[in-house]
Amino acid sequence: MIDVRDLTVRFGGGRSAVTAVAGVSFRVAEGESFALVGESGSGKSTVLRAISGLNPDWTGRVLVGGAEQGRRRTAAFHKAVQMVFQDPYGSLHPRHTVDRILAEPVAIQRLGDAERRIERALEEVGLGGGFRFRYPHQLSGGQRQRIAIARALILEPRVLLLDEPTSALDLSVQAEILNLLRRLRAERGLTLLLVTHNLAIVSLMCERLAVMQAGRIVETMDVADLRRGEAADGYTRHLIEASRGYRRVTSA
Amino acid sequence: MTGAPLLTVEDLRIRFRTERRTVEAVRGVGFTLGRERLGIVGESGSGKSLTGRALLRLTPPAAEVTAQRLAFDGIDLMAADARTLRRLRGRRISMVMQDPKFSLNPVMTVGAQIAEALRVHGGVGRREARERALAMLEAVRIREPARVYGLYPHEVSGGMGQRVMIAMMLAPDPDLLIADEPTSALDVSVQAQVLSILDDLVSSRGMALIFISHDLDLVASFCDRVLVMYGGRVVETCRAADLAQASHPYTRGLLAARPRIEAEPADLPVLRRDPAWLEEGS
Repeated sequence: MIDVRDLTVRFGGGRSAVTAVAGVSFRVAEGESFALVGESGSGKSTVLRAISGLNPDWTGRVLVGGAEQGRRRTAAFHKAVQMVFQDPYGSLHPRHTVDRILAEPVAIQRLGDAERRIERALEEVGLGGGFRFRYPHQLSGGQRQRIAIARALILEPRVLLLDEPTSALDLSVQAEILNLLRRLRAERGLTLLLVTHNLAIVSLMCERLAVMQAGRIVETMDVADLRRGEAADGYTRHLIEASRGYRRVTSA
Repeated sequence: MTGAPLLTVEDLRIRFRTERRTVEAVRGVGFTLGRERLGIVGESGSGKSLTGRALLRLTPPAAEVTAQRLAFDGIDLMAADARTLRRLRGRRISMVMQDPKFSLNPVMTVGAQIAEALRVHGGVGRREARERALAMLEAVRIREPARVYGLYPHEVSGGMGQRVMIAMMLAPDPDLLIADEPTSALDVSVQAQVLSILDDLVSSRGMALIFISHDLDLVASFCDRVLVMYGGRVVETCRAADLAQASHPYTRGLLAARPRIEAEPADLPVLRRDPAWLEEGS
């Protein structure tokens, strides 16, 4: 479904140019859930933004659903590929009601039947029609992220790109959103590409993952190996170890 | 723990009054603290950060703070005048906050900021302040202290910025450090480093630490004792090592809602909030 080959992203030019992503390749099968994992500055979000078309300055090849992608994306691409961002406070227009936020993609794609689609999208993310005419500031963080998911799903996409979708949320709210994403994926056979720094979320949500460091993929592995703590690469093992909490070095 | 506790908090309450309604953000929190690492965990809005700030009497002006008792080393913090508080803050009780980007002065070099802390609280001269600031930078494992001394906050990474903050806060050798999510803005590998620096300094100086965090695993592995806050109240207190066997349904719900690396994928148990958890004395 997603085929990325030798993707390179550079920012700036001349001597101050920064290579954020350096020759990254991976494939995600239809219906698969794949994670890009790494620390800040590893390039994981930049890969996602290049695939989504938010960042036009890249070289290499990006194929989605078998179609070669250029600098500009077609409307059909955006119907098939939608994205959910990290910050539910920044990704919804503060002066648009939920109704307008959800109606916009329907109008852009000329799908029609907005009324029924909006009602259904709200129901699917576990919010009733009572939320339809609220503004984002009248919603909690978890409710906002549900709206962001509803906005992505209203186009009935085949691929969902997720950029740290729960890292701004409390633990109990995170559990609800992760369960929702799991259910929607199963119901719709969605292909997921998830960017996160949290390995426990990868273990819950994905089948395979690629670990990134300094713009490169250092290891691609099955989640089963992650669960057993069996990583080939030293950096991956270090990330697994660090995610288990604090280890006190016992000395006299 | 021997003798009187370093800090005693009894029935701490923090209210925000507006014309239309009153919000009670902290509702009857009480605990004592010795020379130990005490973790305060809870979700956003639980009152954990406000509790930390109230100990320094640094709540926002709109907050109304009352307590049966708020005493630090025999000093009544509720009755203390501004001058007494100024002498406590920084010198005997200090605080590290989440994001170094917002707590460092952007137009002063990091070294000068640490030296300033020493001159204000330690009563030392310029030259000695500089020398001790350099020693502090070394103590927080900064490799080239002399070079870093002359850098401005925007020139250092998040992890280094937080180490600079810790150096500054610990320079006057306080008795109590309040750390509010000190590593939440940092990557996991840097986080481990900052924690081990804090850990070393706490044990080598015999300092007390209040560690405020939303991260249960981190608190369970780092602290000696844990308070769990919910809706402005402490719903449970236990030894950090026993957190996994916590008894309050809120704590149990939070523990269950964590995804875990080694677990087989299954829907996470969702926390069902019981209104009774908000009631006092429950």
